[in-house]
Amino acid sequence: MSEQGRGEDAADPLLEVRELTVHHGQLRALDRISLRVFPGEVYAIIGANGAGKSTLLRTIAGLHHPTEGSILLDGQDVTRVRPERRATRGIVLVPEGRRLFGSLSVEENLQVGATYARKGPWTIERVYELFGWMRERRAQRTAQLSGGEQQSVAIGRALVANPRVLLLDELSLGLAPVVVQRIYGMLPQILATGLTVLLVEQDVSQALRVASHLQCLLEGHTTLEARPAEVTAEQVEAAYFGLNVRPGPAPAVGERSEPLWPGSTRSSRAS
Amino acid sequence: MAWVNAIIQGILTGGLYALFACGLSLMFGVMKVVNLAHGDLAVIGGYVAIGIITVTHLPVLWSIVVVVPLMAALGYVLQRTLIQASLDRSVLTTLIVTFGLSVVIENGLLQFFTANSRAIGTGNAIITSSFSLGSQIQIAYLLVVIFATAVIVLLGLQYFLSRSKYGRLIRAVADDKEAAQMCGADYRHVFGIAAAIAFGTVALAGIAYEVLAGYLVFLAVLVVRPEGLTARRARS
Repeated sequence: MSEQGRGEDAADPLLEVRELTVHHGQLRALDRISLRVFPGEVYAIIGANGAGKSTLLRTIAGLHHPTEGSILLDGQDVTRVRPERRATRGIVLVPEGRRLFGSLSVEENLQVGATYARKGPWTIERVYELFGWMRERRAQRTAQLSGGEQQSVAIGRALVANPRVLLLDELSLGLAPVVVQRIYGMLPQILATGLTVLLVEQDVSQALRVASHLQCLLEGHTTLEARPAEVTAEQVEAAYFGLNVRPGPAPAVGERSEPLWPGSTRSSRAS
Repeated sequence: MAWVNAIIQGILTGGLYALFACGLSLMFGVMKVVNLAHGDLAVIGGYVAIGIITVTHLPVLWSIVVVVPLMAALGYVLQRTLIQASLDRSVLTTLIVTFGLSVVIENGLLQFFTANSRAIGTGNAIITSSFSLGSQIQIAYLLVVIFATAVIVLLGLQYFLSRSKYGRLIRAVADDKEAAQMCGADYRHVFGIAAAIAFGTVALAGIAYEVLAGYLVFLAVLVVRPEGLTARRARS
């Protein structure tokens, strides 16, 4: 978050991805993607549908095998480590579509998350404190919850494992904007416990608001890597759609909060 | 009175069948494996018990203490090797593999133990006797014991699945094994535990059946002899 967190010499990256290439059958889903996530940071990966964002996160979590490249957690190579071992070592994914255990209650979902937990500040109690409504409804099946509530349970299930790096895959998927805002509003409280977050988001304005570092993917390639304060809306848009636009001067902070996508007037240029 | 008798005997025998079925159901529910060798594993459980009793002269009850953990261990190993390897290919492969396993077990048993039927004699008067309800209904203590065992096992299994840590993991893995991996759970290990439970219960059913068969052979006073049991004996 702070200046020193990003200093190249100040700290070693907590999570590092080197030249990662992933194939889905014949299709090259990711092409030599690299990223370095430093402790305490919120690193956002944006991009359109099919850009490879979820594939990148799932590969880091161990659910896809890369054809080339390596993944390092705190300097240790975890590329060949099984997904459940990565989880216990501190890489925990909140999967796309939430993927709660449907036949288990809210509390049982959290208990499963806590079964192989690392030592740390997060407990089921603490999750109940973070999401006030959850304690009362802990005996309910997750199918009875709204989408936003389910997403909260999915986040809670990941938090009780006390991850070092929390991977968030499309938190906003299928949720109303106000619910998305509320969930992202929880992020500072989560970060305050010393977590590092790597998130994937289609909602660019939301990602820009929370991120301390940004990478944009397009068809498996990196098209932009920067801090949100250093890039213009045009640059982000160009990277998002693959337009060839010259980098302009950095805008004032206020300008960045204008909606980029969806609802950007310049998006007509993409078609 | 004949139909009352039929119902009572039917329910008691149903307890044994439930004991047979719970492992099959658990394996299908958790890992979507239709274990076609399930019945053969029951017979193996029975034969292992006979072997142990013949060699060590342990009472039947004590042989259960040995055979059930032994079969559970076999279940864990088989799941982690053969069945998991076929699951990794496709669910349909497990059908072929367990069918193959069934053929191998049946012919192996025929080879080593011949086609003669065997039974375990309990040598216990209480177990081998029966009591009367009214003038026409005779109920074997053994059937009651087996029924009670089945009820205890099923209730225990239910309690284990709904309350214990591993029971919760088994249900979670059955729901979504990838999400369970994200929680740090090795689903293959959890599958192994489920298979161990399935093999343990089917071994118990196999032993119960062998004892019951002994009862049938030696006393032959059971009012109802379900066709299913005799058919099964002829096969093994």
